[in-house]
Amino acid sequence: MTPETEADLAEIIKTADGPLRVIGGGTRPIGGVSNGVRLSTSALRGIELYEPGALTLVARAGTPLEEVEAALAREGQRLAFEPMDHRGLLGTAGTPTIGGVVAANVSGPRRVQVGACRDFLLGVRFVDGAGRIVKNGGRVMKNVTGYDLVKLMAGSYGTLGVLTEVALKVLPAPPSAATIALHGLDDAQAVRALSQALGSPFEISGAAHLPGKATLLRIEGFAASVAYRAGRLAALLAPFGAAEVEDDPDAVAATWRDIRDVAAFHGRGGDVWRLSVKPSDAPGIVAALRGVEALYDWGGGLVWLLAPPGHGHAIRKAVDAKGGHATRVRGAWPEAFHPLPAPVAALQAGLRKRFDPRGLLNPGLMARV
Amino acid sequence: MQMPEPNPEILARKAELVARLRKALPADAVIDDPAETRAYECDALTAYKCPPLAVILPASTQEVSDALRICHEMGVPVVPRGSGTSLAGGALPTADSVILGVARMNAVLETDYDNRFIRVQTGRTNLSVTGAVEEHGFFYAPDPSSQLACAIAGNIAMNSGGAHCLKYGVTTNNLMGVTMVLMDGTVIELGGAHLDAAGYDLLGLVCGSEGQLGVVTEATLRILRKPEGARPVLIGFDSNEVAGACVSDIIKAGVLPVAIEFMDRPCIRATEDFAHAGYPDCEALLIVEVEGSDTEIDAQLALIEAIARRHDPVELRQSKSAEESAKIWLGRKSAFGAMGQINDYMCLDGTIPVSALPLVLRRIGEMSKEFGLDVGNVFHAGDGNMHPLILFDANKPGDLELCEAFGAEILKLCVEVGGCLTGEHGVGIEKRDLMAHQYAPDDLAAQMDVKDVFDPGWLLNPAKVFPLDASQARRAA
Repeated sequence: MTPETEADLAEIIKTADGPLRVIGGGTRPIGGVSNGVRLSTSALRGIELYEPGALTLVARAGTPLEEVEAALAREGQRLAFEPMDHRGLLGTAGTPTIGGVVAANVSGPRRVQVGACRDFLLGVRFVDGAGRIVKNGGRVMKNVTGYDLVKLMAGSYGTLGVLTEVALKVLPAPPSAATIALHGLDDAQAVRALSQALGSPFEISGAAHLPGKATLLRIEGFAASVAYRAGRLAALLAPFGAAEVEDDPDAVAATWRDIRDVAAFHGRGGDVWRLSVKPSDAPGIVAALRGVEALYDWGGGLVWLLAPPGHGHAIRKAVDAKGGHATRVRGAWPEAFHPLPAPVAALQAGLRKRFDPRGLLNPGLMARV
Repeated sequence: MQMPEPNPEILARKAELVARLRKALPADAVIDDPAETRAYECDALTAYKCPPLAVILPASTQEVSDALRICHEMGVPVVPRGSGTSLAGGALPTADSVILGVARMNAVLETDYDNRFIRVQTGRTNLSVTGAVEEHGFFYAPDPSSQLACAIAGNIAMNSGGAHCLKYGVTTNNLMGVTMVLMDGTVIELGGAHLDAAGYDLLGLVCGSEGQLGVVTEATLRILRKPEGARPVLIGFDSNEVAGACVSDIIKAGVLPVAIEFMDRPCIRATEDFAHAGYPDCEALLIVEVEGSDTEIDAQLALIEAIARRHDPVELRQSKSAEESAKIWLGRKSAFGAMGQINDYMCLDGTIPVSALPLVLRRIGEMSKEFGLDVGNVFHAGDGNMHPLILFDANKPGDLELCEAFGAEILKLCVEVGGCLTGEHGVGIEKRDLMAHQYAPDDLAAQMDVKDVFDPGWLLNPAKVFPLDASQARRAA
């Protein structure tokens, strides 16, 4: 089913007699595909408002991400949270939608500096599992009017409601960027180097470590500022070795696109896990696991693991010992989302029951009731 | 302003309640002498006052949990309180409620510069969070103007902002985790030293929930390295429209200033009389601040100056030193005090799309004449967060009511042009009855559903945020 209006969508949900599988572009089937009738937002499409001078854009949920990004690029702006493209990693086809980005709270390397998708989400409209049309937030940057259901909807994978419209804060795309590379660091040294850079005043917009290859930092801004900060960072990081600076725009963009999309794991077998941990804990967690390959982003706070099937429990145990969470992004087992302590799980289940009392929306995906 | 009638059964059980709380908490942590509870009868919205039944000042998460469990068992409403600086009545008690103040919980629990966070008890004041990390060159970004006094607990409850949000975001963008006690005494942890939620973003939901979902006792906050420097430029215009267009052009040009502050003529004159900052006598004044090294600042200010020149400013003054910066900020920082010298004032907090600025200022000017009350506008222009200050005389019968009616019209206008009722102060009681102008019944029901899940008995700060008639059935259930 592909409703063309919010009202049609509400009617479909109200009259549904069984589970619905909510799909944006279908490129991010994290948590496995739930059963149910396919309900696509692809016909709820189009940018409804874009004010470059106010840094705001409002689009219907099924709008292709590339349409949003192209409109922003024409005004020299961008989605600063840098949503990753999951297609290469998950072997999916299809067209990513802005609603899908929000539903999965998808961010990229710049998350470490500017925040996640949820931090740029100003407002939502959605239809909940009872067919109720709800709006929350708005299109202004500061808004504390009532509860922030905007954040609740980001990353809820369509299990509390089907997004119909999202309002986003956008930012100017700086004219210049550079990558600073260090070589020969082990994981623990690399995270220390990244921490030192992130703790400097030089506004790091990417901080990744590709074991055995390089430890990378990104800075962006006006050309003179980028050059100045690159010099200061190279000096700051001298104890970790000689820094190489790359400022060719295409090369910088390609490097960080590959990090964003976890290109190193594309086309390779095995399960993929995504760990969110305290950066300084990351190398120890990885070291405690056998037979896995790791990539570090967010200064170590985000770890991508390529692991043979069957490592899920060991990965979760290693994360639990330190704090954080592990999501199974690719693979079959165990459950995709990190189990939560009982009182928190109860709150989640309670919310699910309120917003989807009949358990229609992507059943089994999150917050089982 | 209507508040629910106190429940006589609870009033009748005061002695029992106090005895049970005294047993659970240290002796000096329970206050029930009416002479002392008076100190908690209001917050910074002083027009409304009501002493609570009792006040408790727990010193730990465990004590908060023990106290809440008792209140839960006895069905007693609890009003959490940070430092009591809410301008929206967020900490206003009812006669049958217990004020739970977090002031004794002000410790720093952990600082971690490698991972860039600090963990504090939430009674700690905003400014003293920065105070705890600044010798290492770090700071905590959200900076509400009450930051000397306001507590992190209240910042989280109201999702407080400040002047530097354009670059650094508000509380929710800088909050990594909380320890929170639910009304039944259950202690939960959300988030922590890692980023993003494992399941639903309950942390995002809790931030800005005005103390209605739980009592936050500890918080993990993101800290940032201080920039090398910061300097403002002051730009005067002879029209609000032109000033608004200049803001828009600065943003479009790709500069991201750390703050863009706006003052209109009534405010400029009042502050000039009061603080003598040397501001030009003009229609609209912008203060635009940028950060970085000296050369980075010079480059950004040059770009901003070039943009501003295209709009034919009546005055343009770039700061070249810390002294000049202080002079430029002096007037802005004394704006509230200056208005307070003239008369009592009410400070509003609506947010509008930046593009609607000229229209909204014109309408406020017209309404000011209709209501016969003066108003000055101070404004975080980069993010559209307005602070109209309406002057009135609290000793003149009917003036407060007139001022409130005027304020309500301004806020409705904010909603009409695509904005919202409150950008950083919160709804509290002040904007509670205007919520229906921004949200349809189903929108409010969805929010109240969340409260049902966290606090099924509606005991935590129950008479706030939602219009009383809308929440009536749930509060009574």
